Amino acid sequence: MMKQQIIVSGIGGQGVLFLTRVIAQMAVNRGIPVLTSETHGMAQRGGTVLSTIKVGDFASPLIRAGQADIGLLLWEANLEVHKGLLKSEGKLIISAEKDGEGERIDATGIAREMGNPVLSNLVLLGFAVKQQALFCKAEECETAIKQLAPQKFVEQNLEAFQKGLNS
Amino acid sequence: MSAEIKLLMGNEAIGQGLIEAGCQVAAAYPGTPSTEILQAIIDSKDRAVEPLHVEWSVNEKIAFEVALSASYSGKRSVAVMKQVGLNVAADPFMRTAYIGVKGGMLTIVADDPGPHSSQNEQDTRLFCLQGRVPVIDPASPAEAKALIPAAFELSEKYELNIVLRPTTRICHSRQNVSLSEPIKLERTADFQRNPGRWAATPAFLPELHRKLNDHLTKIAQEPDWQPKLTAGDGSQPRTALVASGIVYSNLVDLLEELDLSNTIDLYQVLMPYPLSPNFTEKLRNDYDKILILEETYPVIELQLAHRGAAGKETGAVPREGELTPDVIHQVLANFLDLQQPAALPDERRGQRPSLCPGCPHRAAFYSIKKCFPKGIFPSDIGCYTLGMNLGAVNTVHCMGACISQGAGFYQTYQQDGDFPTIVVTIGDSTFFHAGIPALINAVIQQARIIVVILDNATTAMTGGQPVPHMGVAAGGKKTKAIAIEPLVTASGVGFLETCDPYDQEQFEALLKQADDYIRSPEGGVAVLISRHGCIMDPSVRKSQESTRISINDKCIGCRKCTKAFECPALVFDEEQKVALVDQDRCIGCGTCIPVCPVDAIVKEEK
Repeated sequence: MMKQQIIVSGIGGQGVLFLTRVIAQMAVNRGIPVLTSETHGMAQRGGTVLSTIKVGDFASPLIRAGQADIGLLLWEANLEVHKGLLKSEGKLIISAEKDGEGERIDATGIAREMGNPVLSNLVLLGFAVKQQALFCKAEECETAIKQLAPQKFVEQNLEAFQKGLNS
Repeated sequence: MSAEIKLLMGNEAIGQGLIEAGCQVAAAYPGTPSTEILQAIIDSKDRAVEPLHVEWSVNEKIAFEVALSASYSGKRSVAVMKQVGLNVAADPFMRTAYIGVKGGMLTIVADDPGPHSSQNEQDTRLFCLQGRVPVIDPASPAEAKALIPAAFELSEKYELNIVLRPTTRICHSRQNVSLSEPIKLERTADFQRNPGRWAATPAFLPELHRKLNDHLTKIAQEPDWQPKLTAGDGSQPRTALVASGIVYSNLVDLLEELDLSNTIDLYQVLMPYPLSPNFTEKLRNDYDKILILEETYPVIELQLAHRGAAGKETGAVPREGELTPDVIHQVLANFLDLQQPAALPDERRGQRPSLCPGCPHRAAFYSIKKCFPKGIFPSDIGCYTLGMNLGAVNTVHCMGACISQGAGFYQTYQQDGDFPTIVVTIGDSTFFHAGIPALINAVIQQARIIVVILDNATTAMTGGQPVPHMGVAAGGKKTKAIAIEPLVTASGVGFLETCDPYDQEQFEALLKQADDYIRSPEGGVAVLISRHGCIMDPSVRKSQESTRISINDKCIGCRKCTKAFECPALVFDEEQKVALVDQDRCIGCGTCIPVCPVDAIVKEEK
């Protein structure tokens, strides 16, 4: 059975939780087991937050150091904090303005142009799918976004996803 | 009928499980990591097939007592809280063990090993051992939900309150969880008067205590709640692993990754108290070496008292913090003499949390610190704990402690003559929760302190639950509003003013008036209500003026705005040595403008 361990890293207010739910929902839609862990409470007030997602046959949502297949980073400064969770051959997908380690896209810049910097989460998801990093395909992402986004934001969310996918 | 599978957070799964099990009264006070349990019940109330009363109670003691009476009347009920909430509810909780219940009653207490968002990492299982209350320790969101019907049945069979203890990693994990149809119990409220039980005087208590102990002995032997064995292949003879809660799940994944699954006897303990005597006996007879993994205190380990135990008491397992997969890996490697794991990367903390851009608390804290640079600042539990980033929070203890601590500081200092200005900050929800008795006490003991009630019209830290002065109950239902001002006045406070902290000039003038008052011959407690809605509430943001803020070339790089005011929307450019506005995060409130000593922060022309 397919197994994938994913981390989503950012700071409170960036939409890390929504991105985590979209990815986990795709596993549910496929009928495969999934477990996530999330940061709630005090740290959500602008502090560093981390979600872990384990797709496939797992018992616990937590990821050991050096075991994650993919890292999606919405806040570049978290690289130093969370890089250790990744396998040496793990794939890093990072939202950043400047060049550097991993596959990068200025997701916040793109989202800002769309009028809402918080959409960077779905721009990054589109970019990750483009890099063929995740277990799922573009259509599956769109289905999950439609399921989870509030009705009035669905179009905008899909557009952000497309911007990342076609970057 | 096919079961519906949904992606649910542990707390949501528990909420659905309660509805499906026919729970008819659910009461809670919000607190991370437990909050979303009641929220899920509110959001899914339509699923209930029988009447369901849901309430955000004023505090946990009250929530417990409300649920208790529902149970006395024969219906199923639940009280929900975080681990330190059980301290608040301890009084009724402890007596309930003796008196018991009628309809099934669960107390769901969410622990926070780590801790991630709490003032300690106390273990509710140990609390239950002290209180003589059976406690269930689920290992996943799905299991937490699945155990609820059986927990209600156990509660009804023995007429005892039962605790379900999830931890943060259960509460805030998501998993595929199946939903099923809620059951219909068709019960009507039927309180059977029995003063010897419900009003038991000391004369009745020895017998009730004896009955409780008898029941605990039987519960420990209930077949459905015995520890579960996954047998090894005999390659590790007379050796066993014992785990409970999320730690068990962490261990299962770790064994799989290390290719050790089914090589060693592995026990999952579902009910850490009362611990099965058959299990204890079996471990003593059949194993020379056992490793016990549990969060956070050695509850199973202490009860087992096994000669060959490795655990927290023996130093084999860390005594504090979460037992993450990495921690367990190290412990297991030592216990089984495996290859040592690679050294972990240095732990780095990342970005610290701060009050949101535009948060009214920031403006209030800045003014308090500015007016009384040498003041003592007791504060409390909530978002405003983050006022410590501005140097305007000196103590944070437990719900409501700030007012009594402020009064205590006053009594101690005034013995020596002069006293510093003591400014207490307490949120509106915390004020209702435990602040009112403390305020009355401060007044009658003639303390001279300033109490600033930070009224943002919500319970902000936990995601915006309703507060008593807004006239709204759980689920948006209209109710009577209990205003703060008359409560303060009725408590005998002689100085009461209200001000929007965004109006810094007025706010600071009132703080100084309050200081004059507490130092005047007739002075006592002064209360200043700092009133401005929480900026997380979209209607608050929409209703207030927003202008694009920028920093012009007058900036001298003094860092007052980024350090002393500490708004996350103000960043310091280390290359240019000037402050900048992060337009992605700035909400244009302009509260930073008066902070700049050279007037470099300006509203842009429209």
